[in-house]
Amino acid sequence: MAITPPSNRLWWKEPIQAVELGWIILAFLWGLFMFFFMIAWHFIGDQNLSNETYRVTPEGFEEKVVAFAEEFQKIGADGAPVEEDGVPVVAPPEGGDVYMLARLWEFWPILELKNGVAYRFHLSSTDWQHGFSLQPTNINISVHPGYEHVFTLTPTSSGDFGVVCNEYCGIGHHTMTGRIRVVD
Amino acid sequence: MTSIDQGAVPVGGVQASYRTCRFTGLRVEANAELLIKVNAVTAVIFLLIGGLMGLLVALTRWPAIQLLPAEWFYLVLTGHGANVLLFWILFFEIAVLYFAGAILLGARLAAPKFAWLAFILMLAGALMANYAVLRGDSSVMFTSYPPMMASHWFYLSLIIFAVGALLAVIIFFATLVVAKAENTYNGSVPLVTFGAITAAIIAVFTLASGAIILIPTWLWSVGLISGIDSLMYKVIWWGMGHSSQQINVAAHVAIWYAIAAMVLGAKPLSEKVSRMAFLMYILFLQLASAHHLLAEPGLSSTWKIVNTSYMMYLAVLGSLIHGLTVPGAIEAAQRRNGFNRGWFEWLTKAPWGNPAFSGMFMSLVMFGFIGGISGVVLGTEQLNVLMHNTIYVPGHFHGTVVAGTTLAFMAVTYLLVPLLFGRDIIWPTIAKWQPYFFGFGAAGISLFMMGAGTLGVARRHWDLSLTDAAHGYEFPAAAYLMMGLNGLAAILAAVGGVMFILVIVGSILAGPRLDRPGATMTFPLHDKSREAVAEYGSEIHPKLPGTIVLVTIFFAAFVLYYFVNWKYLSELWLFN
Repeated sequence: MAITPPSNRLWWKEPIQAVELGWIILAFLWGLFMFFFMIAWHFIGDQNLSNETYRVTPEGFEEKVVAFAEEFQKIGADGAPVEEDGVPVVAPPEGGDVYMLARLWEFWPILELKNGVAYRFHLSSTDWQHGFSLQPTNINISVHPGYEHVFTLTPTSSGDFGVVCNEYCGIGHHTMTGRIRVVD
Repeated sequence: MTSIDQGAVPVGGVQASYRTCRFTGLRVEANAELLIKVNAVTAVIFLLIGGLMGLLVALTRWPAIQLLPAEWFYLVLTGHGANVLLFWILFFEIAVLYFAGAILLGARLAAPKFAWLAFILMLAGALMANYAVLRGDSSVMFTSYPPMMASHWFYLSLIIFAVGALLAVIIFFATLVVAKAENTYNGSVPLVTFGAITAAIIAVFTLASGAIILIPTWLWSVGLISGIDSLMYKVIWWGMGHSSQQINVAAHVAIWYAIAAMVLGAKPLSEKVSRMAFLMYILFLQLASAHHLLAEPGLSSTWKIVNTSYMMYLAVLGSLIHGLTVPGAIEAAQRRNGFNRGWFEWLTKAPWGNPAFSGMFMSLVMFGFIGGISGVVLGTEQLNVLMHNTIYVPGHFHGTVVAGTTLAFMAVTYLLVPLLFGRDIIWPTIAKWQPYFFGFGAAGISLFMMGAGTLGVARRHWDLSLTDAAHGYEFPAAAYLMMGLNGLAAILAAVGGVMFILVIVGSILAGPRLDRPGATMTFPLHDKSREAVAEYGSEIHPKLPGTIVLVTIFFAAFVLYYFVNWKYLSELWLFN
């Protein structure tokens, strides 16, 4: 019994039950499959998190994002720069670099992207850790201060998307959101 | 033929007082007994505190109720994590280690004075942590990721607690040495003790990782270090945070075997396979932190893939093996007990009214189906992006730690109270229903949180409606429904938790005494629990059709769910 010493002192010489052996082989092969499938997805799949990351200072990153927003802020029909909720709406050139900054407690600025176009997306934090959670498409990426994460992002659906912070970042955590608009 | 009473010849100069348990024949040493009692009772008190905090969290996340204000919500959530995930679990695990070391081997506890010191350090750490959290300046969540900083009391309390726990683990190892030296058992240690040794070895690695990261973080909080790199912190912190869950797994799997043995007279199908499966937990514990870092920048895909799987998912294989051998051992024992008709008579005629058995079996099923499958999916490099930091993650680990570990610990308590306190379980009707309330509540919590997580609901988040947010976003109505159902399931689990505490505390204080001649246990042990022990090998070539059906269903569910998630992933925006 399991709570007493095995009565056969040479228990390691006992045979393995056939059903156990069959299950071990099946489970082992399944484990191997799952391992290789992760590798395979890097070749057959279109959703793989980028390995491209740079060291950056929070101030340095903020400067880049502000410059980006000033250069590409959307101009409305009346000729004035467009803002929503007091935040600039930025429409970068197709296929260009796009910056988003996470800080207590907002994702800045609002981005307007084109459906089906690949952008180089730069993401970092200027203070604490945050969580970039794009909804409702449900892409979730961690954001660290001091690390500039660069990945290629291609929207495949259009409309207004929410960015919700899902890494706890203090008392205002539940007010931290952002917005990405995708137009056809 | 081996039994513990034979060959138990105390040698050396150390005096210890023993009694022999009337029901199991186990030799129980007084110091071991007392320290098991003290650690287990303390564990239950922290379960009460932490469980209550958990209920408050669930009622706050129920959008229609939103019980606590935001500031209190984050405070209570931090306290909930520390009290149940650390203090309840680790105090109880120390009790399990002392039981598997001293009691199962019929030995004395080594260095009882140091065991008391370990207990006092752990208690001081646990109380200090609650003080730090309740002060209000340490609402940093269980993970306490920098650069967010808690009060220095918070980090110090965890360090003190970890030192105490490490000392207790060392005493467990010393007890094994004493048992061997004093020849209190013959041959190899029992399988359950082997499982406990596994848990203890992993605990050393875990507590060392905790010390490596928490000591500099504490120095940072008192101003002696200028900064802690956020990514480095995560890598090392999860060496503690994840491998501590592997301690739980090893401990509760050992308890599954123990309960199956004590209640049904079950023995392992083959000692070799079950022990090898435990060994896999140690060998392939993995870098452990990798599972939690799949959505981080700055770590390569190669690092992530290798360290989540160690090329072959051998730690998962360990759990899959137990997933067959535990129900297989139960089926074989039940067939020997005469329940031989059809595929499932062994299961339908199992003692479902005995809370030790029902709790144990539900723990087994729920850990596998809910916690296990979701854990592997969550730990797959690309799939993680679908759920990282959503409430799917707490859904997963409530399946492992609540439905799995906590339910198994509760189940074994129904056996420990008669054996160690010499008291019978009072209010058998409440006791009988308790595992069902708690088990189904825990399953509900896990499944509804996982459901909400797939809809994108964030974890550790006070306001699903995002009322005061910088930019509004509407979660789908189904997400609100899921969080409401989660609240209902939490109430069910809380009722089960209160039932457990009432029955256990009531039994300890006022249960009928079992040390009188002729006294019998309400939930009896297996009649032949002593003889069944003796013979290994009569279980050769058992017929296990029921178990084969069960694992086939499990495997099909696993494969199906795995591919459903890949399908879901393939529909996301493209990123690389």
